[in-house]
Amino acid sequence: MRHTLWAVVYGVIILAAAVATNFGRDLAYQVAAVTVILAAGILFIREVKLIGSPVPAPATGYMDNVVRYGLIATVFWGITGFTVGVWIAFTLAFPEMNLGFAYTAFGRLRPLHTSAVIFAFGGNALLMSSFYVVQRTTASRLFGGNLAWFVFWGYQLFIVLAATGYVLGATQSKEYAEPEWYVDLWLTVVWVAYLVVFMGTIYKRKEPHIYVANWFYLAFILTIAMLHIVNNLSIPVSIFGAKSVQVFSGVQDAMTQWWYGHNAVGFFLTAGFLGMMYYFVPKQAGRPVYSYKLSIVHFWALIFLYIWAGPHHLHYTALPDWAQTLGMVMSIILWMPSWGGMINGLMTLSGAWDKLRTDPILRILVVSVGFYGMSTFEGPMMAIKAVNALSHYTDWTIGHVHSGALGWNGMITFGAIYYLTPKLWKRESLYSLKLVSWHFWLATIGIVLYASSMWVTGIMEGLMWRAVDSQGFLVNSFADTVAAKFPMYVVRGTGGLLYLTGALIMAYNVRKTIVGAGAAKPVNAVPAE
Amino acid sequence: MYTFLRELADSWAMLGLLLFFLGVIAWAFRPGSRPIHNDIADIPFRHENNPMGDDELGEK
Repeated sequence: MRHTLWAVVYGVIILAAAVATNFGRDLAYQVAAVTVILAAGILFIREVKLIGSPVPAPATGYMDNVVRYGLIATVFWGITGFTVGVWIAFTLAFPEMNLGFAYTAFGRLRPLHTSAVIFAFGGNALLMSSFYVVQRTTASRLFGGNLAWFVFWGYQLFIVLAATGYVLGATQSKEYAEPEWYVDLWLTVVWVAYLVVFMGTIYKRKEPHIYVANWFYLAFILTIAMLHIVNNLSIPVSIFGAKSVQVFSGVQDAMTQWWYGHNAVGFFLTAGFLGMMYYFVPKQAGRPVYSYKLSIVHFWALIFLYIWAGPHHLHYTALPDWAQTLGMVMSIILWMPSWGGMINGLMTLSGAWDKLRTDPILRILVVSVGFYGMSTFEGPMMAIKAVNALSHYTDWTIGHVHSGALGWNGMITFGAIYYLTPKLWKRESLYSLKLVSWHFWLATIGIVLYASSMWVTGIMEGLMWRAVDSQGFLVNSFADTVAAKFPMYVVRGTGGLLYLTGALIMAYNVRKTIVGAGAAKPVNAVPAE
Repeated sequence: MYTFLRELADSWAMLGLLLFFLGVIAWAFRPGSRPIHNDIADIPFRHENNPMGDDELGEK
């Protein structure tokens, strides 16, 4: 009966999406509707096959299958996102690489890259690690049964709908919030389900206390829900079309966008990933976190301060001066909790520093925390108005974002993947630690090439833009700066290529571990002589 | 919305947020919290493989 009902629900969804395809006013919308037909079609067939099957016994133990799927999705989307990134990085140096099609223009592939790495790679890393961590630290199975599966697959559908929309030109032109209204609505549904699973698990916890990692994860889930809804308030032009109109306008829209944008960095890329740090660094080091009190102060200070920092994206604009100054001051105060958190993460190794010599996974995690400290030092500095006057609109900003994204988010995710793979697939160890070392060095050198070339080119173009001669005329045209940036763009692309190569090595290592290739090794451990 | 935010930014709301924040930090450093915090910090090292109650004989 259960399966029949679900089959009917999916049938109705297929029908509705078919109607939407028929009446759709633009290609992006129609492709989205067809995607929904395919997804619902797969589920429909699955349910029809299950009709008449007995009700399975309630499952016990930790719900790890969804974490396994999430880990594979993280690796897959990571490589997809890095590949697009390398592609568009070289497109800036060699413009012919845009191939001359509208679909492969830089303006369409760039949001594809940012969303793929932030929301697909980072989002899946957060989903799967939060599901893993919340179960271990509450000592109870995920709440809500198959709801966790809905969250996982629903999130993948969101990614596909957003990505196809970008390539086909559907965007509401808000940075990091490009998806159009129907994709936003779907993400809201998925996100509420995510919140229910996470909160429910915490609610039925067997440990009396809520471990700090869960505080960070919960702050991330709640705040992203709030940010997403407010920043995406828009009215569709037609229910059968992709285009929508924003409710806010002018500087208020700009402020709402950067309140969203900066807190997406603060709560998606920082708070959520700090949840990972507070679990995986102690686990890999084999020691509890350096100071639990400091982690509490870290949490509350971050929550209270981050939400005010957004206006620093709008220095010297129509935004009122007091708001700009507020954003600048709050950004600078953020130094303290950020560095407190970094110190807490690094000092967790005190008494276990020797492990850095032998454990490349711990090395990855430590470098990640180091980059957290470095980019949270750089960020507040760039938020100072006088510095921002030089850095804004230049590639320095892009360099800053990538030292955070590649260094902090990427590395801590790699560390978590290497930690989780043998645990989830019940293997003794990873297939190869040597390959982890290779990944570590390729990624680190890649980031260094990326960040340093962007500093050079960013400061150079900032200085070129503001240079005036004795008569007060601008010395350089815009095209002059573009020409001057060419070598740095090549170095940047090369750095990205190294980073991508490292990720491919990781994918190979993870695959070998999953199929059990590592298990055969001890057989050859005894030398023949 | 501008007026609302301006009011919020320099009013009792701001002071209330600040006092709550300082209160939370003071609470974290209250006397006698050390054993509790040590116990919480140890949570990741328990129940690695099974939920509590599922393995009466297994890990503690």
